[in-house]
Parts: sequence; C-alpha cells; structure tokens
Amino acid sequence: MTVLDKPAEPAAEAAVAADPLRKRGTAWLLTAGLVLGLLVLVPVAAGLGAYPVPVGDVLSSVQHRIGLGGTELDRVAESVLWNVRFPRIVLALLVGASLGCAGALMQGVFGNPLAEPGVIGISSGAAVGAVAAIAFGVDLLGTWTVSAFAFAAGLVTASLVYALSRSGGRTEVVTLILTGIAVNAFAGALIGLFLFFADTAAIQQITFWQLGSLSQATWPKVLAVLPCAATGLALAPLYSRRLDLLALGERPARHLGVEVERLRTVLILVIALLTAAAVSVSGIISFVGLVVPHLLRMAAGPGHRFLVPGSALLGALVLLAADLASRTVAVPAELPLGVLTALLGSPFFFWLLRRTRRRQGGWA
Amino acid sequence: MRLLRHRPAPPAPAAPGDLVAEADSLHVRLGGREVLRGVDVVVRAGEVLALVGPNGAGKSTLLGALAADLPAAEGAVRIHGRPVGEWSAPELALRRAVLPQAAALSFPFAVADVVRMGRAPHPSSPAEDDLAVAAAMAATEVTAFAARPFSALSGGERARVALARVLAQGAPLLLLDEPTAALDLRHQELVLRLCRERAAAGDAVVVVLHDLGLAAAYAHRVAILRAGRVAADGPPVEVFTEGLLSEVYDQPVEVLSHPRTGAALVTPRRGL
Repeated sequence: MTVLDKPAEPAAEAAVAADPLRKRGTAWLLTAGLVLGLLVLVPVAAGLGAYPVPVGDVLSSVQHRIGLGGTELDRVAESVLWNVRFPRIVLALLVGASLGCAGALMQGVFGNPLAEPGVIGISSGAAVGAVAAIAFGVDLLGTWTVSAFAFAAGLVTASLVYALSRSGGRTEVVTLILTGIAVNAFAGALIGLFLFFADTAAIQQITFWQLGSLSQATWPKVLAVLPCAATGLALAPLYSRRLDLLALGERPARHLGVEVERLRTVLILVIALLTAAAVSVSGIISFVGLVVPHLLRMAAGPGHRFLVPGSALLGALVLLAADLASRTVAVPAELPLGVLTALLGSPFFFWLLRRTRRRQGGWA
Repeated sequence: MRLLRHRPAPPAPAAPGDLVAEADSLHVRLGGREVLRGVDVVVRAGEVLALVGPNGAGKSTLLGALAADLPAAEGAVRIHGRPVGEWSAPELALRRAVLPQAAALSFPFAVADVVRMGRAPHPSSPAEDDLAVAAAMAATEVTAFAARPFSALSGGERARVALARVLAQGAPLLLLDEPTAALDLRHQELVLRLCRERAAAGDAVVVVLHDLGLAAAYAHRVAILRAGRVAADGPPVEVFTEGLLSEVYDQPVEVLSHPRTGAALVTPRRGL
C-alpha cells in the first residue's frame, strides 16, 4: 500500500500551497459573476414579454422612479413595468433566494446532500397550511394569512421529518427519501381533502398555485413574503461556520464547542421560514434547493461561508431565468414554473442518487 | 464571565500531576443496560493513561462519559474539578479534545479544512491557526495530502487526519478512542509517540487501546476494565500480570519482559 502511495505525493504537495487560495478566489469570482448576472438579467426580464419594453427604456424608467434623472415612459409601459413585471421579478428573486438558501441549510443540517425542501416533503407540508387557509377562506391576519399558515405547517413538517429520519445522530439517505415519500403522500392526501371541501373559486386558485407559478405576483404579495424571506436570508449566513463543523457529525461538532441542539432548532426554524416564504406565494417549486447548492459545491467546495449566501444568489438567478422562460417560450400561453423546474431538476436528482449510491456501494 | 460566554478564554496550563479529569463512582446506563458500574479513575496532567479490557468492558463508554457525551446515571465526571454538566459546550471545547472511533464527514472538505475545524473553539488569529494546523498535519504525516478531499482517503489516512484535527484543537485533555485501530505498524508507533510528546508537554492523554504491547510500552498508567468496573489501575509493569490478564480476557496469556527495554510483552499462550 505504502509503496503504491508514494509516487503520488510530490504532485499532491505542489497542490497544497495553491489550493486554499484558488478556492477563495473561485468563491469571490463566482459571487461577482452571480451579482453581475442578476444586474444584467433583471432589466432584460423586465423588458421581455407580451408587451416588449426596450432595456434602455426600462433603465430610464427605473432612474426616473428613484430620482436619478431618466424619463417617464408612456402610461401603458409604466403600468406594465411597475404593476406587472417588477413585482413578479422581485417575487422571483425572493422565492429563488429562499429556496436556494433553504436547500443549502437543509443539506447542512441533515448532513445529507440529497435533502431538499421539496424532495423530503417540507414544501408540501407548508402547502397544506396554505391550501387550508385558501380553501376555508381563513382571514385572520390579512395578506399575511397564507404565509403564516404555510410557515406553521412547514415548521411542523420540518420538525417531524427531522425527528423521523434520524437515528444515531445521522440521517441515512434511504430513511430520508422514504420519509419524504410518506410525508409527501400524507400532505397530498390532506390537500386533496381540503380541495374536496373547497368551493369552485378556491379550487381554481389552489390548482393553479399547486403547479407552482409566479403569474399572480402583486406588490402586496411581495410585502406578504418579505418578512419571512428577509429574516431567513439575514439569519442563515450567521450559522455557516457551525454548519461546517456539523459535517463532522453531531458529537464531534459538540466536542468543538457547537451547541448542537440549539443550532438545530434555530436552523429548522430558518428553513421553515424560507420554505414558507417561497411556498405561500409561488406554490411548490421543487429541485431549486437541490440543484443550486450542488452546482456551487462542485465549483467552490463545500465550505458554508460561501455556499449559504452563494446559494441564495444563484437560486435567485435560476428562478428569475426559469420564470422568464416559463412566460416567454410558449407565448401567449404560460408554462407553470413548477413544471419547468421539475422537468429540469428531476434528471439531476436522479443522477445525484446514482452517484451517491455508487460512492456508498449500495444503500447500506 | 457571563458576557463573554461566546468567547470563553482557554484554561491556564496545568502543572504535571494536576488532576485534569476524574470519574467518581461512575455509573452509566445505555439502552437500559448498566455499562459502567462504579468506576473510579483519575486523569492527571503529564500522563498517558491507557484504557484496556475485553470487548464490551466499557472502555469507549468510559471515554464517552469523560468527554461529556454520555450522562452519568450515578456518580460524577469532573473536568478541572467541575462536573461536566456545568461547563458549556464552548468552554468544554477548550478543555478537552475527542477522537471518535470512526471518522465521518458529510461533505467533501479538503484535508486542510478538516484539520482547521479543530481550531474552531479558539479565539485565535488566522496566523496562529495556520501554525497550529501545519504543526498538527506535520506531526501526523498528512501534510502531503492537505489538498485532497477527505472522502478520497483510505481508512488509515482518515484516522490520521482526524487525529491531526484533535491535536490542532490544542486542548489540555486528549481523549482518543482506539486511535491505532486502522493504522499500519509505523503509524501506530507514531501516534503513541505523539501521545507521549503531548504528555511531556503537560497535557493529559487518555487512550483506548486493544494492543496490550502498545499500552505496556507507551502508557504511564493502565486501567484494566472488566464488565463495567476497574479491575486494576497502575503502571503497566505492575498491573500486567499473567494471572490478572488471563482472567480478565478469559484467555491464557504469557507476560514476558523485553530483553532490552524491560517493558512487558503480552502474548496469548499458544499450544503450537
């Protein structure tokens, strides 16, 4: 063994000095790239659609609104931009950032690269709350009702999945996925039950929303999810370093000074906040939280200090692009966003499953 | 002190012979079974203490209790004179480092990053951390694969990386659960030499060992566990007797004296 190992060493030694610097460089480069991508895509997305507005006009209108010169466009263009396109874009950014970030956090908390709000049933759990609120016409908290219900139900589901899928301080892939199947099935049944009791108008609203879509975006909706999403996104990066340590396992993390119980409780709360924010306005959009952190981990390594905020950025970019595609590829019709992400995300998930299985040599 | 709870200060260095940790008539139950039944052990600075005994005797459980992983059903575990339950996790992390039996990692962190995780409890500067990490990696001979992902290493290499992480933590009490299990001859010796070096530098080292020869050669003191109790506790030359070991392991053994060093050599009595 030792004899075989020896020839590899000189090459490895050369990599030692360069690698940490290269990783840090990659992270900065990716961050800059993602920010730049958003800066370019936002005005482009605002311009494209059934009523095209040139990008120059978009920028000019934005300048005008924030009082930096520019000119006001005609009434229709202004209305299209500010009442239809911008709320939708902001919502796409918030939902995408929430989903990407929730995925990164969840994989860290579970210590399992296949964890994702959609796959393991937390999105459908939150959806049960939201559907219940819509179906029974609950209106306790005004525009925040659906978000609040989604959050409460998401929190219960997240805690439940967490408790059910762990044994001996670790989560096995099989247990996690099977728990997800069970939870998804139960949540589906509950949603079906609520649909049965709902009136026609509510059914239409629910069905549309179940497919995952941002087409009913309005400023009040943006305001309704903003508290959840902003709180979650602001809290998440504070736990990056502790998430790194958690990769060693629960006990070793505790040996290194992490108060694991408290960390877990707080992070489950944050995940539920982010998932609820996304689900309550857009329905179930799966696989964003799975694919986004994986792509970043491949590019810049598994360190959470970049991964958590990076996943929020890439999630926002991906969802904005996906929403743009969903409303432009089949004009004048609109593809449901959730269908599009599932169409692209499922094969990726399948590939990941195969890869994980190969690495472990089975599902032991 | 209360205000600084998130950044507790490292403890003052202990003088050789100071009591660092102790188990006081300790009982531990696991899944309804009483695994430890009244264990008294003291751990002193400047000393390597080996825990030996047959499978299921409670070695790892005792180590887990000293690490504050397992609660005492009766009796107490004290670290620096204070019951383990009264220390916060960050305070404990500055006082004891633990090497688990199996090293696992959920994500493919690079070896150097894994070793650096050992520095997490310290409020030290990145430059200090760099030095500690480099020293720990050099001591365990893992510098050559610092940039490789942990998941790509062999079992023995992983074990050494895990040990490097524990050394980088720089705690005055080291609790090592079978650090030599996956290692080749050379690295077994290396690891126990490191234990001696840390003890000479004033740390207390508790190490679970299966190889009685290693324990005899490197431990200052050996505690032999049998069915949840300490059967004997003392320097290896005193406690490694043919009668006691044969009885504890339920296997006749011979204890010889090494012709050059005089250390005890333990071999099973074979009728070949």
